Amino acid sequence: MRLRYLTLIAVAFFSAFPLYYSVVVASRHNSALAEVPPPLLPGGNFFANVARVFDTVPFALALINSVLVAGAISVAVMFLSTLAGFAFAKLRFRGRNAMLLITVGTMMVPAQLGIIPLYMLMVKVEWTGTMYALIVPALVNAFGVFFMTQFLERALPNELLEAGRVDGATTWGLFWHVVLPVARPAMAVLGMLTFMSAWNDYFWPLVVLTPDNPTVQVALSTLASGYVNDYVLGLAGTAIGTLPLVLVFAVFGKQIIGGIMQGAVKG
Amino acid sequence: MSAISLRALSRRRRRHVVDMKVSPYAYVAPFFLLFCAFGLFPLIYTAWVSLHEWTLLSDVHTFVGLGNFGTLLGDAYFWNATFNTLSIGVISTVPQLLLAIWLAHLLNRPLRMQTFFRISLLLPNVTSVVAVVVIFSQLFGRDFGLINWVLGWFGVGTIDWAAGTGTSHVAISVMIMWRWTGYNALIFLAAMQAVPRELYEAATIDGASNFTQLRRITVPMIRPTIVFVVIVSTIGAMQILAEPLLFGGSSVTGGPDRQFQTLSLFVYEHGFTKFDFGYASAASWIMFLFVVLAAGVNYLLTRRMKGGL
Repeated sequence: MRLRYLTLIAVAFFSAFPLYYSVVVASRHNSALAEVPPPLLPGGNFFANVARVFDTVPFALALINSVLVAGAISVAVMFLSTLAGFAFAKLRFRGRNAMLLITVGTMMVPAQLGIIPLYMLMVKVEWTGTMYALIVPALVNAFGVFFMTQFLERALPNELLEAGRVDGATTWGLFWHVVLPVARPAMAVLGMLTFMSAWNDYFWPLVVLTPDNPTVQVALSTLASGYVNDYVLGLAGTAIGTLPLVLVFAVFGKQIIGGIMQGAVKG
Repeated sequence: MSAISLRALSRRRRRHVVDMKVSPYAYVAPFFLLFCAFGLFPLIYTAWVSLHEWTLLSDVHTFVGLGNFGTLLGDAYFWNATFNTLSIGVISTVPQLLLAIWLAHLLNRPLRMQTFFRISLLLPNVTSVVAVVVIFSQLFGRDFGLINWVLGWFGVGTIDWAAGTGTSHVAISVMIMWRWTGYNALIFLAAMQAVPRELYEAATIDGASNFTQLRRITVPMIRPTIVFVVIVSTIGAMQILAEPLLFGGSSVTGGPDRQFQTLSLFVYEHGFTKFDFGYASAASWIMFLFVVLAAGVNYLLTRRMKGGL
């Protein structure tokens, strides 16, 4: 019993410590890192280091880009996933089960392996270096569709839809006036999950963007690779690029975790 | 009823029928269109590109048949990357999933601070992969890293983590484990909560220990979820890229001796620094076969695993 709590507290410690330590380093001066023992408490240099981040890479632009990209993707994913989820959960049509199965199956497709033709495609439509290359392919995804299908199957009573039908509502009207209000809590969770993963996406933005018009992650990797031994700089960037999200998560964590676990159950 | 309103009624009915028949397809269409354009098409087109000598700089794409594949199979760097991918995959995934099952088991009973523990478990997963590598590169630093400092208490000498093959694989695996263990634990926990309580009660009455309950009840009952997580983790592990790329200071070779270049990084090196799309596509395609193979083998292994871990 006691052992269980001790184990879990130790795990919580190891989960949080690297994040805490990154703040410690980010608020110090590089010379402090060579001390023995290493510093374990934050110092007073944080804002000076952050200022250095903004001087070294276009970090303000990166923040704007990331907010824009992650925001646009989240809104689109919430809306389009709910629409598709409504069809899969509550409408009858030929091929429904097969299509739902295919949707789930696509989650297993290692899409990263198609990255070269995807890049060639972006060159062709002249989207390289622009945020379109990040936003358009991500407007809706299998996880979101499946997640909303699961939720609506459970949470949307058929009587509500039938009542709407009797009143002469079209399916679009039903979606707008009945489905969306019911779906709101799940959409919020899906939106947060989507925002986080879009914010943290790295490989594709690295491939398709340039360092002078980056997202936060691309800017961070420029910092980390161009200034390998300047840990303070890299971690100061990491702190301002990551901590806002971590804080949001700490606040809404309960709902987000509920969402992840729900999405998981049926696997 | 007059003829006119009857006609209006039937028109409305017809519109209703069309609505019912067509709308569902329209609603699911965005996903399928997007998947075909940005998921399926690129994957298939990779096979076509791989049969050509194809670079970004030239508009002429000479058909070379399986030439790229032949070169690839004789490329020692490719096999080196394959070895590294498998090595990092095993070191990061096996302990991670065992740990995740165990943690989920610990969380799967009445517990104070349940929410606190869950949030702390998922904290690393919210951290971006770039941040994870930046943070851990510092922790794994040779001279001033915290990890070497702590190991020093136990008389371990200074380890140059990035320099060795084994040590760099361990360092990278630790980063992956740190980011994903908690996430997978929560997935397992979700499945465990669906296991009927009575099974545990009966087992407790029979005097079965905690560990026996985990092995004999929990694991068999959540086997479908285990299979699912194993496959997803395998697919993920085969595609590891960001960790070795950033751990090497954005060097595409994965360290000076290619000691931690993974297959994804190999593809990235040829595709996006040498812009040799044909060769990189051939490597992607072979990687795809490896992914299917690894997922298939692990699927069979996990499915056959009986009770015990």
